[in-house]
Amino acid sequence: MYEVDRSQYPAKKADGTLDIDLESGKYLKLWQGPQHPGITGNMSVELTVCGDEVVEGKTHVGYLHRGFEKLMERRSFIQCFPIVCRICVPEPDFNEYCYAAAVEELAGIEVPEMADWIRTLILEMGRINSYLMYMGGQAGSFGMGVISQWTTYVRDLMLDRFEELTGARIYHMFILPGGVRDTLPDGFEQRMEETLQEIEKTMQEVYDAMFCNAIFKKRTIGLGYIDPSLLDTYGVTGPTARAAGVAKDVRKDQPYLVYPELEFEAVTGVDSDVFTRADVRRRDLLVSVDLIRQILAKMPRKGPVMAELPNVLHWKIPRGETYIRGECSRGEYGYYLVTDGSGYPRRVNVRGPSYTHAVALLERLIVNVNISDVAGLMVSLHTYPPEIER
Amino acid sequence: MHELTTRLNKLFPLGELTEQRADLAFVSVARESLRPLLQQLRDQEGFTHLVLLTAVDWIEENQFQLTYLLSNRSEACDIGIRVMIDRDEANMESIHDLWPTAATYQRELKEMFGIDFPGSPRIDEEFILEGWVDLPPYRRDFDTLKFSEDTYAQRPGRETLDPAQHMKDQLYPVVEE
Repeated sequence: MYEVDRSQYPAKKADGTLDIDLESGKYLKLWQGPQHPGITGNMSVELTVCGDEVVEGKTHVGYLHRGFEKLMERRSFIQCFPIVCRICVPEPDFNEYCYAAAVEELAGIEVPEMADWIRTLILEMGRINSYLMYMGGQAGSFGMGVISQWTTYVRDLMLDRFEELTGARIYHMFILPGGVRDTLPDGFEQRMEETLQEIEKTMQEVYDAMFCNAIFKKRTIGLGYIDPSLLDTYGVTGPTARAAGVAKDVRKDQPYLVYPELEFEAVTGVDSDVFTRADVRRRDLLVSVDLIRQILAKMPRKGPVMAELPNVLHWKIPRGETYIRGECSRGEYGYYLVTDGSGYPRRVNVRGPSYTHAVALLERLIVNVNISDVAGLMVSLHTYPPEIER
Repeated sequence: MHELTTRLNKLFPLGELTEQRADLAFVSVARESLRPLLQQLRDQEGFTHLVLLTAVDWIEENQFQLTYLLSNRSEACDIGIRVMIDRDEANMESIHDLWPTAATYQRELKEMFGIDFPGSPRIDEEFILEGWVDLPPYRRDFDTLKFSEDTYAQRPGRETLDPAQHMKDQLYPVVEE
């Protein structure tokens, strides 16, 4: 079991907390965030430093709390659908899918096959967007600002594809209970292929400039090591777990939508440090590019995309509870939905991977890290604060 | 999943069982059995991943339902443990020693539902809300509309229109005869 070295730091008190005397002048409290270039979104980390080394870090969230789970308890099932996507800004589609699938399961609605294909397509497109955003952030946290300009450019192309498919760039609101809104527009495959080729070209450049860069390697290899034995105790999922050599991928472990019909392997790494996590995500992005090609080649072109729904204004769902999960770009994303027979959800609980990664795991990993590496370490866990506080 | 619950039933008195899907079941247990059951599931049955811990407010029955969802990756199945606790004396044994990450969930439940988990690390520290003195906001009896009307003032110069009346005026203006 990996134990952090605290030998040169203050003794622990009886309750297990560190005995830090700020008055001694030896330690300094430093707030990284909520307004800071080295923080992922609206959160902050309260660092206690000794010299330039972090002794203790505490995650603070709450800057973005909008009470979605409470809001949904006062809205009908169809009114909840345009809210859920706002829980995660860079990759909103998983909220739509998990919520829709949970409602469908409890209401006993059968989704048409074509809708499942389009849902898978959208989720993979969203994954690429999210990874591109991450790649820019990870490079930026180590001082390579230009990489984020390249990835933002290709992300913008993918947003164009989203716009022509769903009519929106960020919050798509396309996957709703019962199916999806529409079929693919004419000529979509051709334009998507051009976008994918551009992404592949850019990712090759990112590989050359970032992953072969001596400074990036020197700063990231060995940083933020997560022992594989910590994965389950800290609820680590997704690329962070796969970089530790454990092929945790919901798409493979508990396949949903049309993933059983697609050919791919879960990407894994060995070293479980910041570099490996970035590399796993880079390769996973290319897997998603391949998956989109497979989906467009295999998907049916005819058929309904929407199941028949009851009158959504008077839609009551019998008492029950379920949990739906999917593999988003950061790990396991899930919705726990409880219904009580009324026209409103009794309880919706969103399980975002950042919840465990950004709080318990980050607070553990951050000890003994140099201040200048904190941002890179945090970005490597790929956390999105809105899904922590919902 | 059926074999698992049969096996567990021999060890612990299990309550209501709901087999939601082939790979997902929910089972109710008494609060005394929770810890041994979680330990059995984690150490013997391969349910090593705590997916989530959350609460549901059944205010009509004056109870909170705590849901512990565990996942077994090698068998690709999940089990949800439901524990009903009294709403008036909302407290529960902490499981942060089994899964360190549970401490975060418990901190959130303390803040949002007012369910106490004595001994859980930093349980009394604020998690999301700052300086909150009202009823825990995720309880069903917390009135969000009243809270916002009491806390926030309307901006001057704005008036709230009754939507029904407004639509009527806009769409069907009274024609003077």
